[in-house]
Amino acid sequence: MGQGNDLTALTLAQARDGLRAKEFTARELTQSFVDRVAASEKLNAYILQTPEHALEAAERSDARLGADDARPLEGLPLGVKDLFCTRGVRTTACSNILGDFTPPYESKVTENLWADGALMLGKLNNDEFAMGSSNETSAYGACLNPWRTDAGEALVPGGSSGGSSAAIAARLGLAATATDTGGSIRQPAALTGTVGLKPTYGRCSRWGIVAFASSLDQAGPITRTVRDSAIMLTSMAGHDARDTTSVDMVVPDYEAALTGDIRGLRIGVPKEYRIDTMPLEIEALWQQGMDWLRDAGAEIVDVSLPHTKYALPAYYIIAPAEASSNLARYDGVRYGARKMGDDIDDMYARTRGEGFGEEVQRRLLIGTYALSAGYYDAYYLKALQVRRLIAQDFENAYEHCDLLLTPTTPSAAFPLDKGQSDPLEMYLNDVFTVTVNLAGLPGISVPAGLDAKGLPLGLQLIGKAFGEEELLRAAQVLEEAAGFSAKPDDWWTSS
Amino acid sequence: MTDKTTENANLIAGATGDWEIVIGLEVHAQVSSDAKLFSGAATTFGAEPNTQVSLVDAAMPGMLPVINWKCVEQAVRTGLGLKAQINRYSVFDRKNYFYPDLPQGYQISQYLQPIVGEGEIEIDLEGGDVKTIGIERLHLEQDAGKSLHDQHPDLSFVDLNRSGVALMEIVSRPDMRSAAEAQAYVKKLRAILRYLGTCDGNMEQGSLRADVNVSVRKPGGDLGTRCEIKNVNSIRFIGQAIEHEARRQVDIIEDGGEIDQETRLFDPKRGETRSMRSKEEAHDYRYFPDPDLLPLTFSAEFVEDIARALPELPDDKKNRFMQDYSLSAYDAGVLVSEAENADFFEQAAKGRDAKATANMVIGSVFAGLNKAGLSISESPVKAEQIGQLVDLMSDQTISSRIAKDVFDLMFDDGPDQGRDPADIVEEKGLKQVTDTGAIEAAVDEVIAANPDKVEQAKAKPKMAGWFVGQVMQATDGKANPQAVNQLVLAKLGIEDQ
Amino acid sequence: MVRRIAGLARIQVDDDKLPALAKELSAILGFVEQLSEVDTENVKPYTSPVEMQIKARADAVTDGGYPEDILANAPEKDDGYFAVPKVVE
Repeated sequence: MGQGNDLTALTLAQARDGLRAKEFTARELTQSFVDRVAASEKLNAYILQTPEHALEAAERSDARLGADDARPLEGLPLGVKDLFCTRGVRTTACSNILGDFTPPYESKVTENLWADGALMLGKLNNDEFAMGSSNETSAYGACLNPWRTDAGEALVPGGSSGGSSAAIAARLGLAATATDTGGSIRQPAALTGTVGLKPTYGRCSRWGIVAFASSLDQAGPITRTVRDSAIMLTSMAGHDARDTTSVDMVVPDYEAALTGDIRGLRIGVPKEYRIDTMPLEIEALWQQGMDWLRDAGAEIVDVSLPHTKYALPAYYIIAPAEASSNLARYDGVRYGARKMGDDIDDMYARTRGEGFGEEVQRRLLIGTYALSAGYYDAYYLKALQVRRLIAQDFENAYEHCDLLLTPTTPSAAFPLDKGQSDPLEMYLNDVFTVTVNLAGLPGISVPAGLDAKGLPLGLQLIGKAFGEEELLRAAQVLEEAAGFSAKPDDWWTSS
Repeated sequence: MTDKTTENANLIAGATGDWEIVIGLEVHAQVSSDAKLFSGAATTFGAEPNTQVSLVDAAMPGMLPVINWKCVEQAVRTGLGLKAQINRYSVFDRKNYFYPDLPQGYQISQYLQPIVGEGEIEIDLEGGDVKTIGIERLHLEQDAGKSLHDQHPDLSFVDLNRSGVALMEIVSRPDMRSAAEAQAYVKKLRAILRYLGTCDGNMEQGSLRADVNVSVRKPGGDLGTRCEIKNVNSIRFIGQAIEHEARRQVDIIEDGGEIDQETRLFDPKRGETRSMRSKEEAHDYRYFPDPDLLPLTFSAEFVEDIARALPELPDDKKNRFMQDYSLSAYDAGVLVSEAENADFFEQAAKGRDAKATANMVIGSVFAGLNKAGLSISESPVKAEQIGQLVDLMSDQTISSRIAKDVFDLMFDDGPDQGRDPADIVEEKGLKQVTDTGAIEAAVDEVIAANPDKVEQAKAKPKMAGWFVGQVMQATDGKANPQAVNQLVLAKLGIEDQ
Repeated sequence: MVRRIAGLARIQVDDDKLPALAKELSAILGFVEQLSEVDTENVKPYTSPVEMQIKARADAVTDGGYPEDILANAPEKDDGYFAVPKVVE
């Protein structure tokens, strides 16, 4: 399938404008994506396709477009990470334990998107309960990165939002919803040459999103451009009375914030992110990023985030501890797949022993241990204290700068099965992203270049709390300067 | 203090000497609110299974709690009623454990930082003694659902209607030394909660239930190992459970055994406690602050506003009744046990002989209602009518004996056709005879008819009472008893003593 | 240790998997052990990124009344109840 007149080659903003200019219909646009999704099963990005949903909604959108009554996302087809509960559509968080769970409710974020006229192509693959950095822990099997080495070696799309990143890189939707607990939006975006935005904690409602770690989880978009992320966030964000950790602040028009003008903006470069193991090409790209931003009129300042080193260990206490409690509800009593046992406790143990995959089990055990009597102070409490120090590091740094620039990941996409032998090695993928979650800040990954093997690399910008406008503005400048236009060869479609 | 004597009287005898019982209570009181603690589902009792359940209460994936502010107010109100420290910063924690009627796999509770800290309750003991029982804390938490184990041979059924209903857990200090003290504590706590309107205190429906911690020790010795008796749901059972459990522990220790710290259940049919099989595993609840809920904070003004609107509480009301109405501690105590009862009394006593009103309310109204199984609000005789009845006694229109009969007639009338007491007296011709001439004639008649008794009475003045009785009978009880008495004594030539 | 924690978490772990799992867990715990290097004296624990007054709902019945939805995904139900293997108290 070529990309010439293919509607799937459009960005979300282009598709939106094309629909309004009546260059094509929502039905045509949607059909293009439905066909391409159906032809791309090899990637395993979608674990459930909902073409009827999408096409029906497209008809309604065409009626509105025809009546010049278009909503902000009218007729734009999206993919939805399987962590978002979707009314009447199976939602599993890619875990066997949820079986064929079909929510009688719709997550607030997706509800916002549908209310703005967007439509759903299907549910996207992810690491089971969003625990993973390669999408390999999914009960529906690994999702493949559309990018692969010249030798044709299969690579992971990152995780946990691997289905979302793969789908956007492979043009299987104009944008995708995703969630980020330790890097699950930004890392897969970096590994697939897409844009991934994790908003400030509290910017989007968590209501109806399968919880992993409540104090860290935040929804955001994966898109092909920064502008598309701005458009998506404008619809996804907002206060929700049903999530009292969501913040009651006006949602600005983020697209309008993309002025291209970052003159005078101070960009901090944290020295602690220069880790020993960082590949030279990533270090070079980072330097390149500084130059691009300086050339655009920003000022580059050195800053220090002294507790950076402790972010991963703190994260690997806090996230599993919260998860061990959040996932206690999967007990085979009210929904999901039950495995019968001799008695109730046996039923629990079998249901959870067979229903959860290995990585989820590992984290639940770590979390249970960290909260258990006698260990709480040494692990959990200590991690919460370190978390405050990490948050304070950012506050201190922001006295000297407005945004931070770092690499998104310590490496480009890696082959499947790489992390199987050592879970710790996999955890290191989050080293540059996890601090942002701990401090509740917004962060965005922008595709900035290719490594020696021709694989995409991303740079991360980190903003102040609720500073998404400034963040997106700088991200767009970075995006433009990088001029990332490489695309993966279309090796996966069958027709 | 009265403590010493009370304690000594409470010792229980064992083969090796006397033992002292040490009791602490954790009372779970359902907060009076229309909706649940963290969801908008209803809290009413007795609904069809799973009809009062929201997605939050069923712990569907991605659901989040939103606190019901009324429940916060109710907890603060209760704390103030217990003269307790109100904590303007408190934290909700998750208490993690697995049970089929606990949908989230954790209960949202308050562990290290509860909304209410130390307070106290004065309990009324037999003989008019008062003892102060310390309150350690009060915290807000969610109730679990209900498991039914007897509906199916192989299955337990789960109904989540109660899941998420707001509870206040009120923890006492181990200050009680007998079953009677524990019962008095629960009665008093219940009265305070009902006065405050923060819990309806309905133990049959489970709105109020107690976990009872019992241990025994040699008087003055170190505290013994305690057992917790879970979910005792009547004041009578609390007494039985404590007595049985204390005796069980004494027997074990005296036989050379040791008490296992454990959770036990009270079996009302057998009147004994037994170990809970399912809860034997050592608990490790892995409490941690609930990341879905921000700390609970409120202003000093919020607390002051609630304090200002606090109703008069049982102790204050009792003292006022004793002072303003010159009632005995006992009568005042009985009248204030329920706010509605006290209101009824005050309404009836307004501008009247309070003592006579109290007698009528306690002796006739409460007794009648009790017998008929009615509440004060269902009383067929209204407070105003009791007042009228007392008036009829005060102005000597009827005697207290007749008043009792009139009350019974009014009570039997029922609330709808209730006649006023004056009408009944009129209708039935029950007016007291105060006309001395008529009474004198009746006295003369009785004296004339019983010459032998006259002789006896002259020797034994107490016999005069017989004559009074005869005259009262002859006048259908309508004669003024005092006038009869005076005349009888005069005619018999007995000195008034 | 792993067996006890797995018991608390209600996760059945096969005996033959225990040694490998124990090794993985202790590697992770060894990794997080670095936290002990940090001086956290007098540091207040950080429980949420949002620092604001808790938002509340009014005491109004606005939810519930849809038992079919509540029970729709139940693995086993009976007569309007969820059903589980018999629990012995």
